Amino acid sequence: MAIVKTTYGRRSFLKTSALAGGGMVLGFSWLASCQPTPEEVLAMPKEWFNINGFLKIGENGVVTIMSPNPEIGQNVKTSMPMIVAEELDVDWKNVIVEQAPLNTDLYVRQLAGGSQSIRQGWQSLRMAGATARQMLREATAQAWKVPVEEITTEAGVLHHKNSGKSAGYGEMAAAAAKVTVPKEVTLKEIKDFKIIGTSQKNVDGVNIVTGKPLFGLDYKRDGMLIAMIVHPPAFGLKLKSVDDSTARSMPGIKDVFTIQTFNDDYKKHMFDATAFPGLAVVVVGNTTWEVMNARKALKLEWEPMGEFSDTYAHFMTGALSSRKMPAALENTSEHMAKMAEMGAKLAKVARKDGDPEAAFKNAAQVIERNYSAPFLAHNTMEPMNFFAHVTADKAELVGPIQTPEYMEKSVAARLGLPLEKVDIQMTRQGGGFGRRLYGHFVVEAAVISQKVNAPIKLVYSREDDMTFGNYRPAYYATYRAALDANKNLIAFHVRAGGLPESPVAANRFPAGAVDNYLAEEWALDSNISIGAFRAPRSNFIAGAEQSFLDEVAEAAGKDPIEFRLELLDRALKNPVGADNDYEAARYAGVLELVRTKSNWGQQQPNVHRGVSAYFCHNSYVAQVIDLSIENGKPLIHKVHCAVDCGIVINPIAATNLAEGGIVDGIGHSLFSAMSFKDGFPEQNNFDKYRLIRNGEAPKAIEVHFVKNEIDPTGLGEPLNPPIMGALANALYKATGKRFYDQPFLAGKEVLG
Amino acid sequence: MAIFNLNINGKKQQVDVDPATPMLWVLRDHLNLVGTKYGCGIAACGACTIHLGGVAMRSCQLPVSQVGNQAITTIEGLSEKGDHPVQKAWLEHDVAQCGYCQAGQIMNAAAFLQNNPNPSDAEIEAAMNGNICRCGTYVRIKAAIKTAAGG
Ligand code: FES
Ligand code: FES
Repeated sequence: MAIVKTTYGRRSFLKTSALAGGGMVLGFSWLASCQPTPEEVLAMPKEWFNINGFLKIGENGVVTIMSPNPEIGQNVKTSMPMIVAEELDVDWKNVIVEQAPLNTDLYVRQLAGGSQSIRQGWQSLRMAGATARQMLREATAQAWKVPVEEITTEAGVLHHKNSGKSAGYGEMAAAAAKVTVPKEVTLKEIKDFKIIGTSQKNVDGVNIVTGKPLFGLDYKRDGMLIAMIVHPPAFGLKLKSVDDSTARSMPGIKDVFTIQTFNDDYKKHMFDATAFPGLAVVVVGNTTWEVMNARKALKLEWEPMGEFSDTYAHFMTGALSSRKMPAALENTSEHMAKMAEMGAKLAKVARKDGDPEAAFKNAAQVIERNYSAPFLAHNTMEPMNFFAHVTADKAELVGPIQTPEYMEKSVAARLGLPLEKVDIQMTRQGGGFGRRLYGHFVVEAAVISQKVNAPIKLVYSREDDMTFGNYRPAYYATYRAALDANKNLIAFHVRAGGLPESPVAANRFPAGAVDNYLAEEWALDSNISIGAFRAPRSNFIAGAEQSFLDEVAEAAGKDPIEFRLELLDRALKNPVGADNDYEAARYAGVLELVRTKSNWGQQQPNVHRGVSAYFCHNSYVAQVIDLSIENGKPLIHKVHCAVDCGIVINPIAATNLAEGGIVDGIGHSLFSAMSFKDGFPEQNNFDKYRLIRNGEAPKAIEVHFVKNEIDPTGLGEPLNPPIMGALANALYKATGKRFYDQPFLAGKEVLG
Repeated sequence: MAIFNLNINGKKQQVDVDPATPMLWVLRDHLNLVGTKYGCGIAACGACTIHLGGVAMRSCQLPVSQVGNQAITTIEGLSEKGDHPVQKAWLEHDVAQCGYCQAGQIMNAAAFLQNNPNPSDAEIEAAMNGNICRCGTYVRIKAAIKTAAGG
C-alpha cells in the first residue's frame, strides 16, 4: 500500500469549509506534489500542465469535481475527475463534473498541452481524492467513537464492520470539512481500482449531441457587439493606408479603427507569438454577417515590413529567445531549394558516438535519403475567437484558450490593469492541437472592447484563422546509413533542420543502438510564424526516421520489425552512450505486441503492410497499416496499433484519442500543406487546404494498450507521429515507390 | 432589411435582416440557436448542416430569403429529449472529441438515414464525405451511423 505525504504547500493550500446545506468543500492544488524540478523543465520546456481544483460533497452524497484545465477534445474533463473519484471511493454515477474558472488566487498555474495532463496530474489527483476520503473516515470515527482504522469505504458509503454501522459520504461531509487535513494518506492498490480502467462516457456528451452552447463562439452577452480583425494578407507586409468610408456607413456597423495588439515596449512571453507586430484593422458591428460584409468593403493598402526580431520569455524559465523575422516576401519554391542546400552542408553537431566519418568511409554500402514536409495550419474546427468586456477598472474575458493564466498577464500588461482585475473564463474548445496556446486574439479582444467601451466577441473567419500563421514549421531531413559487407548497420547519420527550427531529437532511437552515430541540426530564418502543433517536431522526424529505417532494413535483407528489435536489443543490453532517452524494453514491447496483434508476416492478397514505432511525449507506440491502391488512391483497410502509456484511465476515451491521432497523421501526410507565393498563403479555406475526409480514413483501427502498472503518460500526441512512417512504408509496398516528401499525394496519382 | 417569417423546430420565428444573410447567422446571431456551427462559410466543411424541408442543407450557403415557408430543423430541434436514434448512437459510441463538428455530422447523418435506412459502408462514406472532423472521429461516426440504422 502506498502511503504518500500530502505535500500541500503554502501556495497550493488545501482548504476545507462546510457548505450551507451541510456538505463539504475541499480545495486543493491538483499538482501540488508535482512541482517540476529544473531538470524536468529542461526536458520538456515547450508545454506544461498545471491544474488545480476542488471537489464538493453535497449532503445527499453527490460529489462535484471541478475540472480546472482546458478541454480541447482530449477528454481531460472526464478522465481527470475519474482519478479523483477513484481514490475518493465514490460511485462515478454520483459525480458531477464542472469546468472550473481560472482562479489565480487559488491556482499556481493553468496550461494545457504537451500530453502532460494525466502524467503530471496523476499523483496529485489521487492524493486529492484520498485526502478527502481520509477526512471522511476520521469524521466518521469521531462520530461513532471507534478507531479510524476500522472505518472502511465503498462506493460513497462509510462502514464500521463490528458495529454494523454505515453512513453515506453526504451525511459525514459537514463534519469531515472540520477535520484537520491529514499529513499523509494511503493510496489504493492498483488492483483495487474500480473506476480507473473502466470506460466512462464523455461528461459533455449529451450537451454536444443536442447542440447546447458550449464553445467560445457560442458565448453571448446582452449588448454584445461582434468584431472582426484584418491582419496583413501576407507575411512580410504591414498596413500602409485604410479607406473605410464605405465600410463605415454599411448597415449595422458601429466603428472601424486600427489597433496594435502588443505595445512596442511590451516584453512578450512565448505565447504572445505573432508575425504581425504592426497595426491591424478592426470592424465592429451588430452581427457577424454585417461585419463580414463591411470588412470586404474596406480599401486597404499594404507595404513591405522591415526585418524585426521577435523576442519572448520562456513561460517557465523566463529565459529569453529571439527569432529573426527577415524582411522578405517568401516563396515555397525558394524554401525547398534553401532547405535542400542546408541539407547538403555540415551543420551543428547535436550528438556524436564513435567515429561515424571512418565508418561511412569504410562501409560496403551507404544509403542516403532526403525527406521533407511543408508548413501546416492547425485548423481547429472552431476558429479563433474570444469574448471581452473591458471597463475602466476591470476586464472580463471568456473563450477557448489553452494558456489562460499567461494570457491574463498579457491582457493586464496591455490594458494597464492590475492582474487581479483581469478575469479569464474557459469555455469548451473546438480543438486545440497547440493553436490555442498562442492567445494574441485574447489580447486583441480586450483592446477592441476597451476601445468601443462595450462587450464584444472577436471572431476570426476561417480565412483569418488559416492565414494568420503560428504554423507547424516546414522541415527537411537527410538520413544516411552505413552497412558493412555482412549487411550490419555500422553507422547512422541524421542531419535535419527547418524553417525556422530543427526537428532533431538527438538522443532518441536509434541513438544508443549504433556504434557510430551522428546527429546534426540547422535552422533557417523565416518571417512565417510558427507554433507548437500536435507532437511538435516529432510530427515530422518520426515519419522520416521510420521510413528510412524501413529502407535500411530492406537493404540489410531483414524483416523491418526484426531489424528494429535487434537494434533495441543492442540498446537494452549494451547501449552506446549514456543519454538515450527511451526505455528499449518498452519500445520493443509495443513492436512485439503489434506484431502479434496484426499477425505480422501473414500475407493477405493485394493488401500491403507498413510498420513504424516511435517514442515521444513519454509514451511508446507501434503501428501497422494495411492498405491497397484502388482507383489510383490508397484505401486503408486497417490500422493495428500498440500503445504503452502506462495505466489507462478511461479506455473508451483513450481509444478515441488514439484513433484521432492516427487519422490526423494519415490525413496531414497524405493531403495537407500551406504554401506561399510572395508571402501570401496560397490556401485560406477548406476548398484549397485539404483535410482528410470520412471516406479516406482507415476503415478500422484496432488499439491495444500494454497492460502494466506504470504511472500513466500522455496520449494526445504520441499516436500521431509514427503513423506517417507506417503509411509511407505501406505505400512503398503497394507501389514500389518510396514516398519522401509530404504531402505524399500532392498532385500525384499513386499507381498500384 | 426585410421581415421574414420562419418555421424553425416547429416554432414560428420572425426576423428583420438583410435578405442575403445566410441562415447560419440568422440562427446563431438573431435566434440564439448556436448549436449550428460555423466552420468555413463556403460549403466546404458541413459544420453548419441543418434540415430544410427534411433535406440536409449547408446553412452558410442558404440565404434567408430562399427559405420561404419550408420547415427548418436544427440540432436543437432534432428531437425533443435528445433521443433521436442518431443522437443515441452518438452517445453509445462516445463519438465526440472536441465535439465542434458533431452537430453538423449528426444532422447530415439523420437526413441521410431518413432516405437510406440501410446504407452500405460506401454509401455512408459518400454521404458523410462533406463533413470534416478535424479531431478524426470518422471511424466512430461510421459505427454510430450503423448502430442508428439498426445494423
Ligand atoms: S460552415 Fe457551412 S459548410 Fe462549413
Ligand atoms: S470532434 Fe472535433 S472536429 Fe469533430
